Amino acid sequence: MKKLVLFISLLVPSLVFAAGSNYPLDKANYDLTDKASLQSGAMLFNNYCLGCHNMQYQRYSRSFEDLGIPVELGAELLQFTGEKPTDHIKSAIPAESAATWFGAPPPDLTLVARVRGADWLYTYLRTFYVDENKTFGVNNKVFPDVGMPHVLQELQGTPREAKEERMVDGEMVMLNAGIKSDGDGELDAAQYDKAVLDLVNYLVYVGEPSRLKSEAIGRWVLMFLVVLFIFVYLLKKEYWRDVH
Amino acid sequence: MKALLDWIEYRIPMMRVANMHAIQYPAPKNMNFWYIFGFLATIVLINQIVTGIWLTMSFEPSAERAFASVEYIMRDVEYGYILRYMHSTGASAFFIVVYLHMFRGMMYGSYQKPRELLWLFGMFIYLALMAEAFMGYVLPWGQMSYWGAQVIVSLFGAIPVVGPDLVVWIQGDYVISGATLNRFFALHVIALPLVIVILVFLHIVALHEVGSNNPDGVEVKRKKGSLKEEEKTSFEMHEYYTKKYDIIDDVVPFFPHIVLKDLVAFVVFLAFFSYVMFFNPEMGGYFLEHPNFEIANPLKTPEHIFPVWYFTPFYAILKAVPDKLLGVIAMFAAIIALFLLPWFDRGTIRSWRYRSGLHKVNLLVFAAVFVFLGYLGGTPQENWKIVASQIATVMYFGFFGLLWIYSKNEHEKENLKPVPERITK
Repeated sequence: MKKLVLFISLLVPSLVFAAGSNYPLDKANYDLTDKASLQSGAMLFNNYCLGCHNMQYQRYSRSFEDLGIPVELGAELLQFTGEKPTDHIKSAIPAESAATWFGAPPPDLTLVARVRGADWLYTYLRTFYVDENKTFGVNNKVFPDVGMPHVLQELQGTPREAKEERMVDGEMVMLNAGIKSDGDGELDAAQYDKAVLDLVNYLVYVGEPSRLKSEAIGRWVLMFLVVLFIFVYLLKKEYWRDVH
Repeated sequence: MKALLDWIEYRIPMMRVANMHAIQYPAPKNMNFWYIFGFLATIVLINQIVTGIWLTMSFEPSAERAFASVEYIMRDVEYGYILRYMHSTGASAFFIVVYLHMFRGMMYGSYQKPRELLWLFGMFIYLALMAEAFMGYVLPWGQMSYWGAQVIVSLFGAIPVVGPDLVVWIQGDYVISGATLNRFFALHVIALPLVIVILVFLHIVALHEVGSNNPDGVEVKRKKGSLKEEEKTSFEMHEYYTKKYDIIDDVVPFFPHIVLKDLVAFVVFLAFFSYVMFFNPEMGGYFLEHPNFEIANPLKTPEHIFPVWYFTPFYAILKAVPDKLLGVIAMFAAIIALFLLPWFDRGTIRSWRYRSGLHKVNLLVFAAVFVFLGYLGGTPQENWKIVASQIATVMYFGFFGLLWIYSKNEHEKENLKPVPERITK
């Protein structure tokens, strides 16, 4: 047991990378019924993420169908290397090369929202900041020392850790004030947040594509059970009336 | 129709068995809310078997394909996600109803003479169920499947001399691997379900032989010839029971009375079950742990390794003991102690309604300690929790020790409420 505990506890420090910091997460108010947002998220994913990350358990056709994207339009806007609509969404990057380039193969993202949670993803994608000591010139608040470049930088602009001078106990001190873009990206701060939210929305959808259908069926099932309960209860009462 | 039934009855005892066990079986009329969980456990067992059959049609038990085939079921199989969630929700539901079922037995002394074998069969079901659930959790081949299996299987390595070889034998490899997954699949889909079904059959046979207990712990089957005609039940019970005993007028037939009562419970249970299944299948990471949505990776240990919630009380006991072998022994002792409950309890009063205040407190504390241990075993380790889990472990075993001490001659205590002659309500 000692050995086991030791074994596990020794692993903990090295896992800080994987597990992340205690950075407070922002709430991702995603909406699975917002098809425009999901479509925009799919566009972002296929343009910015799919280069390195797989979404290998999801088929293009499933995303098209659930998001209301016509197959021809999907082929034109979301499929870049001549895949069939029923193909799984796979990256063209060879896994071995990716592992060499990034230190570890980029993880599959089909289920990332179920592993990390929407809030984590939403915060993670908005907390890259310039750190010249890192291989890719950026670091991340939620996932310190992450081996991933800031792929969305052309949208966000160059993100820097912002410091703010504030009066604390009568002294002026520099405090962290989150992350601010230099403004050299295609989107302003609000637009960028929205874009990330769309992407997170899409990732949540892909994590469990049947979520909405499941809830729709569930509502009917619960309604049926309520009605059934009334009859079953009355029947039971009738039969038990004479007992006691 | 009648001719057909007669034709069958002449060849197999269909109606006789149905009458004896499902229709004209005398059940105490005061069986309350706590008496629905045995029935619900049967329902969940059937659910697990049926959904399990359909899942095996698409699941591929190999390290390469297991994870992907689960996602195939979730995405490409028609209503596959419903099958999968019925099965995963069913696993947790099984333990919820079984724990409540066991607690019922403890409250009303349903393990006492003459129901010792009934209790033992139940405990064997529980043991088989734990093995079944553990192996089932390995099959999706996620991170928790893999590392949970790693931790649990490594426990056998603590056994002196044969331990390390035993671990290799169980794994079928030097590490948890596809070979392990394959054999766990075999055990999960056929060996253990078969064992469980046979044990459930024996559990029910044992129950029907001695008869159902009730919240008053009053015997409803009396010595033949001891009751006046007007004291006997007016319901028609099977002659198997009436030939041997006089059955007091406190019983109802299994059908329709108990069946209808169970049906009400079933619909309510189904509503809870459906809510989880359709709206909240992960149950905040308790029924389906978040890290298990990541494919098993032998090179990457998750930050925290927890067994699923239903194992956490025993996991806490394991961790409470600062020696691996002793920890394993303590964990198994915790289960064995439950097996021996009918002999720890030397009392003759069944229901806690008529037992000492000490017994009531002891039992409630035991239940609370069990839940607390579950909390300790299922949350990240902190310093205070080590001591807390040690205290809780002592209290867990203390329940049995105390019970053994005070239960002898408990009925002679003067201030106890007398056990009534008849069922009170």
